[in-house]
Amino acid sequence: MKVNRFSYLFKEGLKSIFTHGFMSFASVTIIVACLIIMGSFSLLAVNVDSIISTLEQENEILAFVDETLSDTETMDIRARLEAIPNVSSVQFINRDDAWTSFVSQYDDPDMFSDIDGSVLRHRYVVYLDDLSLMETTAEAIKDTRGIADVNAHLEISQGFIMVRNIVSVISLIFIIILFIVSTFIMANTIKLATFNRKEEIAIMKMVGAGNSFIRAPFVVEGIVLGMLGGGIAFFIEWGVYSLVCGKVMSGLIGNFVTVIPFEFLMWPVLLVFMVVGLIVGVFGSNIAIRNYLKV
Amino acid sequence: MVHMGNVSMMYKSSGTQAAKNLSLDIDEGEFVFLVGPSGSGKTTIIKLLTGEVAADEGEIVVNGFDLRTIKRRHLPKLRRTLGVIFQDFRLVEDKTVYENVAFAMHVIGASKKEVRERVPYVLKLVGLEGRERRLPQELSGGEQQRVAVARALVNSPRMIIADEPTGNLDPARSLELMLLMQKINELGTTLLVVTHEKELVNAFSKRVISIEAGSVVSDGMDGYYRYEG
Repeated sequence: MKVNRFSYLFKEGLKSIFTHGFMSFASVTIIVACLIIMGSFSLLAVNVDSIISTLEQENEILAFVDETLSDTETMDIRARLEAIPNVSSVQFINRDDAWTSFVSQYDDPDMFSDIDGSVLRHRYVVYLDDLSLMETTAEAIKDTRGIADVNAHLEISQGFIMVRNIVSVISLIFIIILFIVSTFIMANTIKLATFNRKEEIAIMKMVGAGNSFIRAPFVVEGIVLGMLGGGIAFFIEWGVYSLVCGKVMSGLIGNFVTVIPFEFLMWPVLLVFMVVGLIVGVFGSNIAIRNYLKV
Repeated sequence: MVHMGNVSMMYKSSGTQAAKNLSLDIDEGEFVFLVGPSGSGKTTIIKLLTGEVAADEGEIVVNGFDLRTIKRRHLPKLRRTLGVIFQDFRLVEDKTVYENVAFAMHVIGASKKEVRERVPYVLKLVGLEGRERRLPQELSGGEQQRVAVARALVNSPRMIIADEPTGNLDPARSLELMLLMQKINELGTTLLVVTHEKELVNAFSKRVISIEAGSVVSDGMDGYYRYEG
């Protein structure tokens, strides 16, 4: 396509946005609404996933050291534990620290005054990379020379995995449904906008315009409106997310969960909104004028 | 230039036989009136010539394009060799007079320079100098039709087809338009004018093809308008 022609078609597309101002406004509003719904749900899913990941990381395995071992032998165990696959990190806690930590959980420390802290064993706190492999890893730790016993909350880890899987599947289904609905609504809005212009399209066909020539300004219009909608939706999402985050973190629930700050999510969100806006715009405009091109 | 041989065509949705064994030929440079009562198939002939509808039988050749074998994607090329004028003008309402004419040139990929030179020339030819920046609704019916003529003319088509071009005009404006058409024809463009208007046809001594029930019932060079309805 010659530069001259491209520039004409591009200008025609831009001009049309202003000429059909109300329908442009309607199209952008629909895109913004759909993206905000879709984006909010995605951000919720991302946060749920992050909270689950945090909780997962806190779900560690306790490996108790055989009390007959010397201090040197106890320290040698660390390297063996770290060599086990799926072990992320290992932290040693001696029996005195374990006893102090245990006692501090109670309001009245004196109730343990007649018990010797040496009843507890030295232990290693083992953190994992993948919680779904907890059972296998726990067995490997138990088989490690110098480890007397292992305490792993397998049922809790299974619960986390199930929740994460459910959240992932539901999020994916919702996002796909919302994407399809957004494209459909957008196509119908553009179809409504182009209905008034079917006469214009018929005239263009009659003077010998090819389909690409007719389609180009509509596609330009769709891209501009789609990306404009994406940009507006991004800023609204930013505002709404920050507001909700503020409320969540200042409320009671803020003591238990940490919400990801928007600053960490803004570039992916902007990219997704712009790309979705662009795709919806291109597909929407193509679907909308398809029927009018058959003359 | 135009050859229709034993063309038949039926609208499947309504079952109307719009053309029945219809044959006609139009040579380069001719000025032809196509006349007939409402529903006789005049508009269908135009649609057949522009590739808007396809014939069920028979052969149609327009400006070297065989419409029996033409691919859909080549229809724009055929239409660029034609200029079409309609009764209801069919101007783009939100484009100015200049833009309405210029966009037909953009369709064929004309350069800005060509558009700048050609459009004012054609607007002057049809008597619309000074109206370039007006929108269609700011013009009279006669002026709007002249914009449509300018648009049809701007790409120097080999043939102009006008479907009831004077249908929305008063007698004086109709005559003016026909005189303009005659001038265009004298400059070398072939003209096919579909009309109802007996007086107008008889005011010009041109070839007249009469259509009834989808068939040619008369074809003469004396301007005689057979249809009396």
